[in-house]
Amino acid sequence: MELKELYQEIILDHGKNPRNLRKTENFNKDAKGHNPLCGDKVHIYLKLDENKKVQDISFEGQGCAISMASASIMTDLVKGKEEYEVKEIVKDFLEMIKEKDQLNNKILEENEKTKLMCLSGVKKYPMRVKCATLSWHTLTSAIDNTQEEINSEKID
Amino acid sequence: MNIENIKKQFPIFNNKVHNNDLVYLDSANSSQKPQVVVDRIYDFYTKEFSNVGRSVHYLAVAATNLYEETRSLVQKYINAKDPNEIVFTKGATEAINLVANTFGEKFLKEGDEIILTELEHHSNYVPWHYLRRSKGVQIKFAEINSEGEISLESIEKLITSKTKMIAITHLSNVTGAILPIKEITQLAHSKNIPVLIDGCQGAPHLKLDMQEIGCDFYAISCHKMYGPTGLGILYAKKKWLEALPPYQGGGGMISEVKKDGITFGDLPNKYEAGTMATAQVIAFAESIKFLNQIGIKNIEKHESELTKYGEEVLRKNNSVKLVGSPKNKGSVLSFTLDGIHAHDIATILDEDGVAIRAGHHCCQILHDKLGLSATARASLGVYNTKDDIDKLNESINKCKKIFDR
Ligand SMILES: Cc1ncc(COP(=O)(O)O)c(C=O)c1O
Repeated sequence: MELKELYQEIILDHGKNPRNLRKTENFNKDAKGHNPLCGDKVHIYLKLDENKKVQDISFEGQGCAISMASASIMTDLVKGKEEYEVKEIVKDFLEMIKEKDQLNNKILEENEKTKLMCLSGVKKYPMRVKCATLSWHTLTSAIDNTQEEINSEKID
Repeated sequence: MNIENIKKQFPIFNNKVHNNDLVYLDSANSSQKPQVVVDRIYDFYTKEFSNVGRSVHYLAVAATNLYEETRSLVQKYINAKDPNEIVFTKGATEAINLVANTFGEKFLKEGDEIILTELEHHSNYVPWHYLRRSKGVQIKFAEINSEGEISLESIEKLITSKTKMIAITHLSNVTGAILPIKEITQLAHSKNIPVLIDGCQGAPHLKLDMQEIGCDFYAISCHKMYGPTGLGILYAKKKWLEALPPYQGGGGMISEVKKDGITFGDLPNKYEAGTMATAQVIAFAESIKFLNQIGIKNIEKHESELTKYGEEVLRKNNSVKLVGSPKNKGSVLSFTLDGIHAHDIATILDEDGVAIRAGHHCCQILHDKLGLSATARASLGVYNTKDDIDKLNESINKCKKIFDR
């Protein structure tokens, strides 16, 4: 059953007990995201050290199990990574959700990739893809310091 | 009233959704279409098509007559005084925009006040918001009570000498509250304030009598009334349609066009610029006939019983919280589930063929007020049965099972 693929245990676990659901103190980058169709909101806080390494990342927001789990897993996986690595992971994830069967980046460990692939269940639910990608687009916006709220209806 | 026979008239129910029978509980969003309406569109295009109101050839005359026949049917259906009080639009949204625009242009100035309610759909807020920007008018929101209702008093409290329009929903598409629109209209008229009713959710479910309600404007969405998309109706008292300026300019709405000036056509052409949704208008006659055949009083009774049954079943389900508990409630059951977001509910229900809506249902003001980011909504139509409610309840229990793993 496809539902089981969508709502895997890892997703439910992260959805119910999101990691890093808080506000980083002394963050130096942040961005907000919003899905106007369903009302999901996310605010990402990022603290990069002087070497542009992610010292801390956190998020605040509310949304469905998919969007909360996605933000939770994302924040877990990019912590400790270099900024350029984060960008590569984001790009790889978004491409995977859109069209690829797997993750190709060389940054994440295999078990980390497996965890992330749990989110690929949304591919069978076109209306739910945006739930999974909102926090990732918002992270990009935080890194690039665009100061622009991400609106899931304005990105594909 | 035999629901199985009624259901058979809707071809959509012959299809399976994810290998399940369709349990359609999204009629507040848009209703399904009976075969007669679908056939009418096909027949019109295959055998009778022509543009209306322009040419003198056989097909054009016949099409024009059919188009006007729908106008008369609608007039009788809602008991308007005059067929010219029926204006076709592209939807209820356009009907409300038409009034906000033309009324605003002619009658509103800075500091004037418009009263809406916290229950309003964005379609009955955003058009008025534009006037806030262009004219500097003020918008006030009548507040809901703890049951999710709007009382006469909540509106009365807001009326001042500057109030120029009261625009309210007939039936909330979230809490299901039916507003006392006749009393509100009487109150408003005693202070010389016109009233617009957003009748999107009222028209498919309740008996309508414009002369009895007495409102100045009533907006209808045909696709929620077992009719085609792309079509709405604005009922407006003749005195308003005569007094207000035209909305859009174009062909069909003019009387004389000269290089140095234009005079506008008579009602209702004045408000129907350009080629209209001809096939939809003509097919909508079948929707009205369909409603008439069953009888709106029978529909009211069936849906009200079903709504009560739905409330009962969902109240018994401990994890469900119903949104609003109005005494006078129409065919809408909005709810939340502890620990499960509305979108997850909708996805899981869909797997069982149960179609509901999740989100803020174009009512962000209300959701903010309720402190909810999203709700799940099951809404009823003439084809729904107690069995549908039971299936809804079963699927809700499945959500819990999946999430409590
Ligand atoms: C209460 C209410 N008002 C307005 C609208 C908009 O109607 P339409 O789709 O005809 O523009 C809807 C439908 O979504 C509605 O439920």
